[in-house]
Amino acid sequence: MNAIEIVGLTKRYAGRRVVDSLELTVPAGELFALLGVNGAGKSTTIKMLSCLTTPTAGDGLLMGRSVTKDSRRAKEILAVSPQETAIAPNLTAAENLELMAGIYGRPRERAGQVMDQLGLGRWARQRARTLSGGWQRRLSIAMALVSQPEVLFLDEPTLGLDVLARRELWGTIRGLKGRTTIILTTHYLEEAEALADRIGIMDRGRLRAVGTAAELKALAGRDRFEDAFVALAGEEAAS
Amino acid sequence: MRVSAFARRNLKELVRDPLTLFFGLGFPMVLLGLMTLIQRNVPVRIFELDTLAPGIALFGLTFLALFSGLLVAKDRTSAFLARLTASPMTAADFLLGYLLPMLPMAVGQTAICLGASVALGLPLSWNLLAVVLALIPSALLFIALGLLCGTLFNDRQVGGMCGAILTNVAAWLAGIWFDLSLVGGTFRKVAYALPFVHGADGAKAALAGDWGALTGHLLWVSAWAAAVMALAVWLFRRRLVER
Repeated sequence: MNAIEIVGLTKRYAGRRVVDSLELTVPAGELFALLGVNGAGKSTTIKMLSCLTTPTAGDGLLMGRSVTKDSRRAKEILAVSPQETAIAPNLTAAENLELMAGIYGRPRERAGQVMDQLGLGRWARQRARTLSGGWQRRLSIAMALVSQPEVLFLDEPTLGLDVLARRELWGTIRGLKGRTTIILTTHYLEEAEALADRIGIMDRGRLRAVGTAAELKALAGRDRFEDAFVALAGEEAAS
Repeated sequence: MRVSAFARRNLKELVRDPLTLFFGLGFPMVLLGLMTLIQRNVPVRIFELDTLAPGIALFGLTFLALFSGLLVAKDRTSAFLARLTASPMTAADFLLGYLLPMLPMAVGQTAICLGASVALGLPLSWNLLAVVLALIPSALLFIALGLLCGTLFNDRQVGGMCGAILTNVAAWLAGIWFDLSLVGGTFRKVAYALPFVHGADGAKAALAGDWGALTGHLLWVSAWAAAVMALAVWLFRRRLVER
């Protein structure tokens, strides 16, 4: 079954096409990484699919629920971890998670489970604004997991994390694979290569290539994924 | 469930901010004490407690606009509101969640101000309860003004507009520091077209037990509060999802 079906998804700002007629299907349980240079349209795509921005044209279906015509039902099964840390600063880590449990109608215990899952237990009673940047980031991601979403959007989830924290988070994300359909955007190519089942490369609002890391390397005729990305995204940008 | 979870969060954000305690309670208390002290040392009747206490209670409520405005503006300009917008929260959930924690705060603030006035010499009577109730439309008005500003501006702009300009303008136009008839003319006409003086006069009427005068003032403030709230709701809904 396809968890995500994107049909002709387009966003124009002041006549400029930021996302241009995007077509994509993502099977349930897949982790799909969306790569591209700054301004490629990755975050706008995520904003449209998470009902934060109205598409100019086209639609996205999340488990069959349209983000344009049935956004209320779509919102019940999606969660997003935005690019910027999205926490309530004067609430403790535990209260932030309990807030999300309350909003999605989940039992309070769910907050404790996610706290354990992401190793946030020792910061449970500390105000979110006093946590380090890395722990705030982790809390922000934990807040997206409380509702046990069927579709999860992770926009640059490991931005600003040190190597160890990033690797730990990779483990958490890997643990979600198969149960949750994940769309992940990142600038770290090794992250996409390590985590994603398939990778899409966006450039100037269009999806230029889709495939596994091995398929994209073969397509570009390169041995290293970074070289393949540069070749695929760069060639198109130069053309 | 969604509303109560969000309202609880907003209440915690508010009460854990020292600014709320200082401006919501401390500052009006200081003014009340200061004005009472001045009155004791001047021979003419300027700051008698029967007119000063309802006025200061209204002045304290002007800070609700600052609190609600800052809360909305900070949420809106951070990614936190984006996270919640992607959740099943509706526009009505958001607005009720912002509004509900403010109301008990408004009632508590007024009650504490009146309690302090009693300690300073205001006679204790059942009419004090009527003052608390009479100021609820004014509280709603200031909360709505805060929601409106928070929807339109960032937190620094809200700080300036609601914290500095609105509190001062509302106090002058409500006739808290001086009798508006002393100025008269256009100033008085403008003041009586706006809701602030009706809020203060309504509270004074409630304290005096003048129920006939109270009704007109309450209706005027309620109409303004409803209009500003409707505008805030409309703009907030429009801004919730980028188009």
